[in-house]
Amino acid sequence: MQRVVLLLAAALLMTAQSASAQTLKTVKERGTLICGVSQGLPGFSNPDDKGNWTGLDVDLCRAIAAAIFNDPSKVKFTGLSAKDRFTALQSGEIDVLSRNSTWTLSRDSSLGLNFAGVNYYDGQGFMVRKALKVNSALELNGASVCTQTGTTTELNLADYFRAHKMKYEVTAFATADETVKAYDSGRCDVFTTDVSQLYSEKLKLANQNDHVILPEIISKEPLGPVVRHGDDQWFDIVKWTLFAMLNAEELGISKSTLDEAMKSEKPDVRRFVGTEGNYGEQLGLTKDWAARIVRHVGNYGESFERNVGTGSRLGIARGLNNLWNNGGIQYAPPIR
Amino acid sequence: MQPASIQRPISAPRASLMRDPRLRGLFYQVVLLAIVVGVGVEFALNAKANLEAQRIATGFGFLDNTAGFGVNQALIPYQESDSYGRVFLVGLLNTLLVAVLGIVFATVLGFAVGIARLSSNWLLAKLAGAYVEVIRNQPLLFQILFWYLAVLGAMPPPRQSVGIGLQPILLWLADGAGALRYLGLPNTIGDGLRFAADWIGPPMIYLNNRGMVLPEPALHAGASVVGIALIAAIVATIALRIWARRRQTATGRPFPMLAVGIALIVGLPMLAAFVAGSPFAFERPVLRGFNFSSGIRLIPELVALLIALSTYTAAFIAEIVRAGIEAVAKGQTEAAQALGLSRAQALRFVVIPQAMRVIIPPLTSQYLNLTKNSSLAVGIGYPDLFAVFAGTTLNQTGQAIEILGITMAVYLVLSLATSAAMNAYNARIALKER
Ligand SMILES: N[C@@H](CCC(=O)N[C@@H](CS)C(=O)NCC(=O)O)C(=O)O
Repeated sequence: MQRVVLLLAAALLMTAQSASAQTLKTVKERGTLICGVSQGLPGFSNPDDKGNWTGLDVDLCRAIAAAIFNDPSKVKFTGLSAKDRFTALQSGEIDVLSRNSTWTLSRDSSLGLNFAGVNYYDGQGFMVRKALKVNSALELNGASVCTQTGTTTELNLADYFRAHKMKYEVTAFATADETVKAYDSGRCDVFTTDVSQLYSEKLKLANQNDHVILPEIISKEPLGPVVRHGDDQWFDIVKWTLFAMLNAEELGISKSTLDEAMKSEKPDVRRFVGTEGNYGEQLGLTKDWAARIVRHVGNYGESFERNVGTGSRLGIARGLNNLWNNGGIQYAPPIR
Repeated sequence: MQPASIQRPISAPRASLMRDPRLRGLFYQVVLLAIVVGVGVEFALNAKANLEAQRIATGFGFLDNTAGFGVNQALIPYQESDSYGRVFLVGLLNTLLVAVLGIVFATVLGFAVGIARLSSNWLLAKLAGAYVEVIRNQPLLFQILFWYLAVLGAMPPPRQSVGIGLQPILLWLADGAGALRYLGLPNTIGDGLRFAADWIGPPMIYLNNRGMVLPEPALHAGASVVGIALIAAIVATIALRIWARRRQTATGRPFPMLAVGIALIVGLPMLAAFVAGSPFAFERPVLRGFNFSSGIRLIPELVALLIALSTYTAAFIAEIVRAGIEAVAKGQTEAAQALGLSRAQALRFVVIPQAMRVIIPPLTSQYLNLTKNSSLAVGIGYPDLFAVFAGTTLNQTGQAIEILGITMAVYLVLSLATSAAMNAYNARIALKER
């Protein structure tokens, strides 16, 4: 609510041109990047007990800060519910939104936003109690479903049950915690959201082993970072930060191999680390922007493994999120 | 009528014009209005330019677009393919439902507790006092969450629903009686109870963690006879009341209107129902699949919100009622008794009418509070106007300015309407000074 009021105030009071084309300058003057994340979603954006944020979405913001300031700690994280996130971005409260948000046409257009790419290809799924002995989403006729309001989840859920002529009862909560609590207390038979978030929220349940994730994936959920309309330079910086992480993995440049890469003779590696060309400067950054990202945060694969991959608590396989030349669909345009 | 100053000889016209307090007042009003309107227009144009610069959608066209999401309680037919405009209506009706039911429950409970606090029964007065102090001093959101998570959330799942009725009690007693077996006695009492339980059948009302299930009334042939009987009874009661009033003013003889009225309105339809062969039936809720498939189901969000809002507001109303009654001078009661009125008559004809004048204005603001507080529903997922329209719809369409404008206008209209109704009532009972 406060955010909506802020947005109103911003829309009413700001003069039109101040809304655009200033983000990089503002961030540099402020000395920190303000990044909108979730209110706590292990693997994607989650604060520890000291308030340090980690996760795949967090890494993207740290990478932007690394590219601008050569310091991944110059980020202030703002936890946002699904319902508040876009308003916070529109009102200028945050510089970039990196919070498991699905790229859709209406968000990209009438909400006044731009999606800068996809850092996680996901799809919506269902979680139920094992005791219900349900093996397929098609057996959910008449079920009571808990979900979070202001999400694509609500819409897909309605579509799926309508398409299969099944009845359901949806209770939509404002925050993830309320949703998980209601499901855990038995208010609902089913908890639905993007599958990666099901894995993540499952960690918060009282008895994790009493629940299963059903096999059906009912939607496409390309999740990625978002910026406001009207600042193309900033849009490019966020977009190419993500591409840099993907290209690094493709070129085999990681935290441990970066020093070698700095001395490499390979043209594409030289362009990447900035020993050849002025690509960073074209973005409004420094020549070594991409090298900074890898030094401080690592490449996409490293970030994935650390946060959500098989080595992490979530244990999610790369699947679709593998590079295009490795069986997945992650594909970044070349730096040149 | 011309102000006197204007007709004075005009020696220094400017100064004299501004010196006229009424003209000066008018001048400042006009200037202020111009500034307010100017700033308002500037804001609106600026907002439009800002939104256009960011290419954020504007206008009210979104109300016709397909909503695409489900809502778990709709008083009018609603499906996902309906428009955002329909969602607005669904949310508005859900808000009105909580507000109206909450006001009724809070008023009944509040008056009962307020009067109980003044009771000469020590225990009753103390209990009422404790109620007020405990409830009034806990944050409302906390109470809503308490009822939702700690009470309704702790209910068993649908398949083990708690039945509220005679049968469970009888069965429980029968189990107790079964202990007689250990004394070597035949279990005739237990068998008898079990037989009675069987005869009564399963309960009509169930509670589970999906809410409350009530039996659904079903109409059979002959139901219209009962309806006609009810209408006839109401008409007869009104006629009787007019006649009783006339007689009382003419002869001074009172008529037991309340008792006769109730007997008519309850008795006549019952008689008709009996004659027509019980055209009503309550369909017992039946458990099927994930939940009860028949019966009226109240979602737990509604139940929790209603309980919390009405008990909370009742605590404040109780204090208002107590204050109102205590504000009536003791001499009034004594004078009434001296005139031969009974205690109840003194309360009804002398004390309460005077107390109402003190009670109504603060009671109005409690009603307004309850209506606005109902927007806390968003914390437990009750689909009120605030949750489905200013929440979900705003988020899906991004049209914050339009949606907040509509929502604010609705709460304003609700508040003004409540105030207007209460003011009208207040004017009717106010002291008429002659
Ligand atoms: N990808 C979907 C859903 C995103 C979403 O908000 N999911 C919830 C699922 S529980 C979440 O992550 N909540 C975390 C939070 O609110 O902090 C969207 O963009 O609408």
